[in-house]
Amino acid sequence: MSANLILTTAADGLADLDNYIKAGGYQALRKVLSTKMSQDAIIAEVKASGLRGRGGAGFPTGLKWSFMPRNYDGVKYLVCNSDEGEPGTCKDRDILRYNPHLLIEGMAIAAYAIGAQAGYNYIHGEIFEAYEVMEAACETARKAGYLGKNVLGFDFEFDLFNHMGYGAYVCGEETALLESIEGKKGQPRFKPPFPASYGLYGKPTTINNTETLASIPWIISNGGKKFADLGVPNSGGIKLFSVSGHVNNPGNFEIPMGTPFKTLLEMAGGVRGGNKLKAVIPGGSSMPVLPADIMMEVNMDFDSIQKAGSYLGSGAVIVMDETTCMVKALERLAYFYFEESCGQCTPCREGTGWLYRIVHRIEHGDGKPEDLDLLLDLCENIAGRTICALGDAAAWPVQGFLKHYRKEFEYHIEHKRCLV
Amino acid sequence: MLSDQIQTQINRELQKYPADQRQSAVMAALRFVQDEKGWISTEDMADVAVYIGMPQMAVYEVATFYHMYNLKPMGEYTLTVCTNLSCQLSGCNETLLHLKNKLGIGLGEITPDGKFGLREGECMGACVDAPLLTINNKKMCGRLNSEKIDQILSELEGGQA
Repeated sequence: MSANLILTTAADGLADLDNYIKAGGYQALRKVLSTKMSQDAIIAEVKASGLRGRGGAGFPTGLKWSFMPRNYDGVKYLVCNSDEGEPGTCKDRDILRYNPHLLIEGMAIAAYAIGAQAGYNYIHGEIFEAYEVMEAACETARKAGYLGKNVLGFDFEFDLFNHMGYGAYVCGEETALLESIEGKKGQPRFKPPFPASYGLYGKPTTINNTETLASIPWIISNGGKKFADLGVPNSGGIKLFSVSGHVNNPGNFEIPMGTPFKTLLEMAGGVRGGNKLKAVIPGGSSMPVLPADIMMEVNMDFDSIQKAGSYLGSGAVIVMDETTCMVKALERLAYFYFEESCGQCTPCREGTGWLYRIVHRIEHGDGKPEDLDLLLDLCENIAGRTICALGDAAAWPVQGFLKHYRKEFEYHIEHKRCLV
Repeated sequence: MLSDQIQTQINRELQKYPADQRQSAVMAALRFVQDEKGWISTEDMADVAVYIGMPQMAVYEVATFYHMYNLKPMGEYTLTVCTNLSCQLSGCNETLLHLKNKLGIGLGEITPDGKFGLREGECMGACVDAPLLTINNKKMCGRLNSEKIDQILSELEGGQA
């Protein structure tokens, strides 16, 4: 059995309800219901845990829950964001397929704390096998009394349904996700109003990431402070990191917040073939890239990475070795944001196309010396000028690559080929 | 007309949402159509609109917004290859080239016998298994190399998905 709090493997067999219960599963939910824990007490525990949203934005979870109206007469919703599509990120998939009841338990506790009667779990369209596991787990949990009208025989109602996405990155943005559940194009809503007052079907709604919700049972069982102490100040607890790219052993790893990047890289088997590390995107493709020498001094927590000039994001670590052409890498990312822009805001819809076409022409030997300043100018005109953060997400990689690897881009423009 | 099977599937999906929110099932409905027919025609969209009770244009908006819907025939087996950064670093260009050579088709095309279609996908959220592809949006195959791709193709040729 894995010693991890959240991350398990197929070998642990926890997708099976009996195994999950044998391993102590659903005890946190039972504790909440049998001791009639107050909503305030749960929220206080989550606040004490220092848990911050694991989907990328890092918003304090307990604080988010406290925004839900208390004396609302009507249905409230809890939505789990399992639309994991930020390039490099694939941690939630392992929770869904290997530890689905942990998520169900976490959601039931969260629903109790915010007073939600129903929940939806929005699952990334490409991971159908994980969707099937979740569908089966919800069915089993419902039959066993962990979901439904009187959860575990107590006066608490919560039911949970899985909704499958079908290929739209922007639906990871919480209000686009709500639109998508409502059966519409996934275009982000203008805020305010925020989902806590006007969410799914116009009802008060809280949206949390899968890993965030899966962290809840442990926090309730062991106490918020104990969770916080596993990490470092301002970055409580443990966190899952997906390490992909040029490493010998790509995979998901659960480590305490504040663990040196060096250690994480070793866990992933080091750089492939003994090559030299060149660059790392520390938090998913939207986050600025950092050169090896900076990365090797960084610890994996919110503050440390921010101080180094990037963000922890979703915890997706994309490793690039010395053979990587940075122009080609950025070209692919620029294409992604161009492809995934929902088209609603002009700066993003038009700007992402400009970014892609310019990086594309540099990569293909048609770049002009003035292109690099033009790229930066475009970024200035996209970031912060759109309804959702996809605009920023498109601009940050461009700014990051140019900040640290401008020479490589200049070489490409001058010599019409790669430096590497 | 939507088949009995599709109607049954949609009805089951409708149970997940409030009775006055039938539109929430549109994404699943389109998925069921694609699972049965391989792609979604505008006639199918019209049928879905009538069945769910929403404007046909709203169904069209959904079908054209989400990438995984096939809006033209894409073969008995649609192979979607992720080409995003983690996959690119892990050799997806070789994966794609091998598939193109082997099948004799390019992206967005189908083999003359209608057996295989090839699509480029965006991040599938399984980056540690890069490079990867999905078969009919259902089965994911990761850590691909030439041998593995050949094996997948020959299994599909034999009719076992």
